[in-house]
Amino acid sequence: MFSSNFKNNLKKNLEFFNLLPQLVLIFILIFLIYSFIINTEINLKSRNLNFGFDFLNTNTGFDVQFSLISYDGSSSFLRVYFVGLLNTLLVAIFGIFFATILGFVIGVSRLSSNWIINKLSLVYVEIFRNVPLILQILFFYFVVIRSFPNPEKSFIILNFFIANLQGIYIPKFLFVNFSSILFALLISLIGIIILKRYANKIFYDKGKIIPVIKISLFFTSVILILFSLIGQVSFTIEFPKIVKNFGIINYVGGVKLVPEFIALLFSLSLYTSAFIAENVRAGILSINKGQKEASRSLGLNDSQTLKLIIIPQALRVIIPPTTNQYLNLTKNSSLATTIGYPDLAAVFAGTALSQTGKAIEIIFIVMMTYLTISLLISFILNLYNKKIAIIER
Amino acid sequence: MKKIRINSFAVLAFVVTFIFTTFNANANQTRENVIKRGSLNCGVSQGVPGFSNADASGKWTGLDVDFCRALAAAVLGDPNKVKYTPLSAKDRFEVLKAGDIDVLARNTTWTLARDGGLAVEFIGVNFYDGQGFLVRKAANINSAKKLNNVKVCLETGTTTELNLRDYFNANKLKYEQIGFTKADDAVAAYDAGRCEVYTTDKSGIAANRTKTKNPADHIILPETISKEPLGPVVRGNDENWVNIARWTLNVMIEAEEYNVTKKNIDSLKSTTDPVIKRLLGLEGDLGKNLNLDNNWSYNIVKLVGNYGESYEANVGTKTPVNLPRALNASWRKGGILYAPPVR
Repeated sequence: MFSSNFKNNLKKNLEFFNLLPQLVLIFILIFLIYSFIINTEINLKSRNLNFGFDFLNTNTGFDVQFSLISYDGSSSFLRVYFVGLLNTLLVAIFGIFFATILGFVIGVSRLSSNWIINKLSLVYVEIFRNVPLILQILFFYFVVIRSFPNPEKSFIILNFFIANLQGIYIPKFLFVNFSSILFALLISLIGIIILKRYANKIFYDKGKIIPVIKISLFFTSVILILFSLIGQVSFTIEFPKIVKNFGIINYVGGVKLVPEFIALLFSLSLYTSAFIAENVRAGILSINKGQKEASRSLGLNDSQTLKLIIIPQALRVIIPPTTNQYLNLTKNSSLATTIGYPDLAAVFAGTALSQTGKAIEIIFIVMMTYLTISLLISFILNLYNKKIAIIER
Repeated sequence: MKKIRINSFAVLAFVVTFIFTTFNANANQTRENVIKRGSLNCGVSQGVPGFSNADASGKWTGLDVDFCRALAAAVLGDPNKVKYTPLSAKDRFEVLKAGDIDVLARNTTWTLARDGGLAVEFIGVNFYDGQGFLVRKAANINSAKKLNNVKVCLETGTTTELNLRDYFNANKLKYEQIGFTKADDAVAAYDAGRCEVYTTDKSGIAANRTKTKNPADHIILPETISKEPLGPVVRGNDENWVNIARWTLNVMIEAEEYNVTKKNIDSLKSTTDPVIKRLLGLEGDLGKNLNLDNNWSYNIVKLVGNYGESYEANVGTKTPVNLPRALNASWRKGGILYAPPVR
């Protein structure tokens, strides 16, 4: 009925009309962002506030409870940012480490045929997964650690472990010529990698199994002793000592773990490990039963089956959701604010913000920082995931 | 995969409303807003007995609370039309700047950096204070000069932590600060033994000592390490509102100076003293300068009381906080309270 020319026109018009709302939306989005910026600018100007990052170079004037880099009140706000960032990374890295180990152990126990282990790990997962994290942190800090003894009545094991409600103190090892030890560790690491490659080659070529772990342990200890003797390594142990100032008793020296750190690390690790345990369980269950049976019929024993057949396949299922848990743990560490652990959110987005009033700048910096940390973690785990993913041929 | 269609018009409508609400957010009309709303939004502490503290039934009392009540009496004619928002030291200025509260009466120290850098206006001083230290009697310490290798609990985001560092550095003493975002947490940590020392303004120490398990076990060290003029704060971009708040405080102080109290104010209506007449709004039209009724100042004294009455009722020597007037007495009685003339 219609000429093909008209049809073509209609088609073009329809395409245009389909496109129009999208163009309008994009335009509005740009306008919205622009208006936010302008609006902020106007409001800042009307209150005689100026926007800028100059404040980062001025000195803070306040102290922080503990810091991995040298810091005191005469340092700049930029430095206190790094103090907070390092404290966040410290608790995140240790948290991820413990949560992963705990999560794997509990996850495997969930599938144990031993009734008690099985049910105990079920209870563990259900408790730590279902109680809000903030309550767990508050519980550990205000109930568990607050019930530790006073410094005068510290819990002491032979000067090697001292616990009271101001913290846990352990001796500090001070090495002389520590670089020799690092060198020895580096050499044994290279040795172990070469050994492992060789063992793999022998295994695939000749079907012989080389006990890699036993040889590496022996090799590492020999190298360590050898290098320590050659490099004249010696160490002294610095024990925490009691310092008395009038009626106040303090422990000074050694390594000190502050209660805020312990409580935060504990609750973050336990909470996240419950989720990781479920990921591990799901990963192992996702492996077809036939895989296990096949490996048994090939003559592999239980631990070989787990190590060579089940876990490599299960990791493909475990890694992606576990990445999420790592990200959650890192972001959840900002709950430190509630118990006074000086992390990035508490020290920089909290104290520094209220001392300078630079809300927009500081919140922007902190948001970008958490974003960067999260993207880094997922980038690293994505690389690992790619490495272990099924290679389709 | 099926494509999800979004109704463009709904998005458009949402966006347009959003833009209009953002642009209207900040008008410099605090007085008009308070009258329209019929209540005053007042930012207070999370509980400092004597200054701003809520009882079991949720009723707020204290010296700072009385200032808010006086401001509501001046603007709305009713001291009870106040909505209290408890704020941490860390959040207080941001909440004020955002417009969520009309006035911040939360033992806040007046400093140059805050006055000049935060776009807020300190309208005066309603309590002259100084920072001190609370320690356990068992620690056997009687002077702040003897504090060495100690752990100090405090509230972060305050001038307290700045003074603390200055003091310990100047005296070459070692300390470790344990900062909390809530004053209550800091006090509880000190009480539990996490720290040997608790520090804040002396008024705050006296008030918070009542929260420890056994107040008699603790002593306040004699040293005062800083000047802490505490006062109410408003946004700096609303001159009319700044003036209303400033002169509300001045009226309370001047009323005490001339012995005008809640009780005798009605009997003073027949007075011939021009100062008192002006205070009662019987002479001149001072209210006009603030865009308020002429009986604004009468309402403040009649409904809330003068500064001295508020002081004695909340933090005076007959209360558990037990703070003598000292600096906070009228200049005629040896203190430094001195209000510019209400005329």
